[in-house]
Amino acid sequence: MSTLLKNIIRFVLFILVQAFVLDKVPSLHQYVKPILYFLFVLWLPFNLPRFGLLVIAFVFGLSMDYFAGWPGLHAAPCVLIAYVRPFLLNILLPQESTELSYVEPSIKSLGWAPYATYVVILTFLHHTYLVLIEWTQVGDFVFFIGKVIATMAVSLLLIFVTEMLFFRKAKFRTNAA
Amino acid sequence: MRNIFLFIRRYFTLISFVLLQIFAWAMLIKYSRTHEAIFANNANEVTGYVSGKYKTVEDYLYLKKANEELTAENARLKNMMAASFQGPDSTQQFYIDSLSKDTLGRVRKFLWLPAKVVNNDVNNEANYITLHRGRNQGVEKDMIVVGPSGIVGKVVLVSDNYARVMSLLNRFSKVSAMLKKDNYSGMVEWDGKDPRFVTLNNISKSAKVVKGDTVITSNLSEYPAGLMIGTVANITAEKASNYYTLTVKTSTNFFTLQYAYVVANLLYGEQKQLEAQTPKAQ
Repeated sequence: MSTLLKNIIRFVLFILVQAFVLDKVPSLHQYVKPILYFLFVLWLPFNLPRFGLLVIAFVFGLSMDYFAGWPGLHAAPCVLIAYVRPFLLNILLPQESTELSYVEPSIKSLGWAPYATYVVILTFLHHTYLVLIEWTQVGDFVFFIGKVIATMAVSLLLIFVTEMLFFRKAKFRTNAA
Repeated sequence: MRNIFLFIRRYFTLISFVLLQIFAWAMLIKYSRTHEAIFANNANEVTGYVSGKYKTVEDYLYLKKANEELTAENARLKNMMAASFQGPDSTQQFYIDSLSKDTLGRVRKFLWLPAKVVNNDVNNEANYITLHRGRNQGVEKDMIVVGPSGIVGKVVLVSDNYARVMSLLNRFSKVSAMLKKDNYSGMVEWDGKDPRFVTLNNISKSAKVVKGDTVITSNLSEYPAGLMIGTVANITAEKASNYYTLTVKTSTNFFTLQYAYVVANLLYGEQKQLEAQTPKAQ
């Protein structure tokens, strides 16, 4: 399957799963909210130009907003992590050649520890920004701190489970592709 | 000039990042003030369509509950029918002339339109509901939405076939309410914690309120007066002020909501127009 087609399917699936499965789960507590959709941005291929990455993330966040009914709420954090992503990958990539030989960030292509760092940092940025926006409109400071911590814990758990369930074969880039 | 182009080329990513952020924040700020604008008509149609497909599956899970609610509502309405009442006295007979009835000059104020719920959130800070009934079916912005057992929210966005409703479970929602028992009025808001409970503020401490008291919409709100909101579940006396804060259990079960009525207040425009004409400096 081509990378483009795969990512289009992922785009749709991540939004549907977030809007119709995770958002429908009865919440345990006000702070505990499962958020997984932004994993799409983390899984985008290496070789996208930075501008393209920003635009894709913006469109992705905006389509999430249409389902959540609060325009801008998801678009802004998605653009932020799409902007930070290339810098982070530059630091974390084990050697020069990884970017050339693998298609997208995964446990296989980055290695366990760097990939975990990559996920944790971007999740933290995304959630902090998301809850910050909610905080400016509603809520208090305890809400901000509590929700960032709680949603981060839930999201990291979900990402871990997703990585284990859908083990992505690290595809080598070949000239034929 | 060349330097400007060089500058733009060099910081192209940063500039586009900042621009997209500004765009997102413009939507956020504009939206929370006016609840409309950027949300394009088409997008509402698409999400409404997908939600409708999903809801057809989900509906089966709540069929029993929906039936019970509708039956209960039917029973309540049948109890209100004229045929259910009979005067104890049959020596006097009333004849109502249908001609004179028209000259009473009664005007229809509320028009009730049934609508199907196709999407419903309860877990967010700002929850919204989508109804499968829109501009083509007579829904307009600011109309009121009422469920079988109590109020639900207010229409904030309308497309051709769908309407987006700001649920009562929304941090931005405010409904003027009163205690049924002694007509003390206050504001119903949601604190974002538990989807089963809303908060009723500004009830004076002179009100003799007890747990289980009924809370209804007041005649100051744009809602039809006297609609059920819920029952008092908990009473907190504010130490610093002269008011109670009441926790109200909503009579509408937002988890299983399937059908709702859109209520058009046909005289609302006239009322607003008159209020806008009030002279300011007197």
